[in-house]
Amino acid sequence: MKFAVIVFPGSNCDRDMYHAVKDGLGEEVDLVWYENANLADYDAILLPGGFSYGDYLRSGAIASVSNVLNQIKIKAEAGTPVLGVCNGFQILLETGLLPGAMLRNEKLKFMCHYETLVVERADTMFTSGYEKGQQIQIPIAHGEGNYYCDDATLDELKQNNQIVFTYKNNPNGSRDDIAGIVNKAGNVLGMMPHPERAVEDLLGSSGGLAMFQSVLQHWREMYVTTS
Amino acid sequence: MKKVKIFITLKEGVLDPQGKAVQEALQANGFPDVADTRVGKYIEITLPNEADVALEVQRMCDKLLANPVMEEYSYTVEEGIRS
Repeated sequence: MKFAVIVFPGSNCDRDMYHAVKDGLGEEVDLVWYENANLADYDAILLPGGFSYGDYLRSGAIASVSNVLNQIKIKAEAGTPVLGVCNGFQILLETGLLPGAMLRNEKLKFMCHYETLVVERADTMFTSGYEKGQQIQIPIAHGEGNYYCDDATLDELKQNNQIVFTYKNNPNGSRDDIAGIVNKAGNVLGMMPHPERAVEDLLGSSGGLAMFQSVLQHWREMYVTTS
Repeated sequence: MKKVKIFITLKEGVLDPQGKAVQEALQANGFPDVADTRVGKYIEITLPNEADVALEVQRMCDKLLANPVMEEYSYTVEEGIRS
């Protein structure tokens, strides 16, 4: 399986993401600069964390109108897994691939520590390696991770079962403790916490590794035939 | 040329943590009467005279400058700006 990590000016978790796939998962992965990117040959798209374009205007706003996002939208419509973490999540919200927006953290602080996430759905292509209700330790690192949407959108998220991760102890004011959501089709996941920073016990937690393994497992079931 | 002055603020009802912090600082510094504070953005754009400002600005705001999920915008136009 071949993963693309999209690199924007200001991305800073691209190498963590690369490491998680290459060394944690053991699959093929490229760092792909956003300009003149050709994503045709990739089986999964990873939008890493950081501060694309220095967070100018709004977090993720300028990256969301870059040409590479048009390609990602087409891939997403075709069912390719797209994972956006932190700034990657913000970019997915700004493009409209996922509903809602990010506000400044309720207490205005940039926060960087482990949080306990509750796996709300273990039936997505990103979370099949977890149990529903399982609690995992994943670090957060953000100043604008306060997930906001209006009441109608929140109802829709619940009705369509799109809330994948919640915070056990909401650190940032996110509506309904939301830490991660998927699109209706289930192949685009955005989350503020960093699973790519939690792929080996040596680093404090390996709770994020199952996400990457789940994506690989899904891909194998879809495309690899065994005789 | 025309100068368009665009004001972007969080929608009413959307919590503005930055505005709240500024308000508390104002209240603590001799302005106890401040009842509400909202922090927004101000953007100036210069367009040619023939531009359809209403259409262009609306498209720019919807596509990039404002996020309609949480923000709203308004603008004023100054005509006859020398380029």
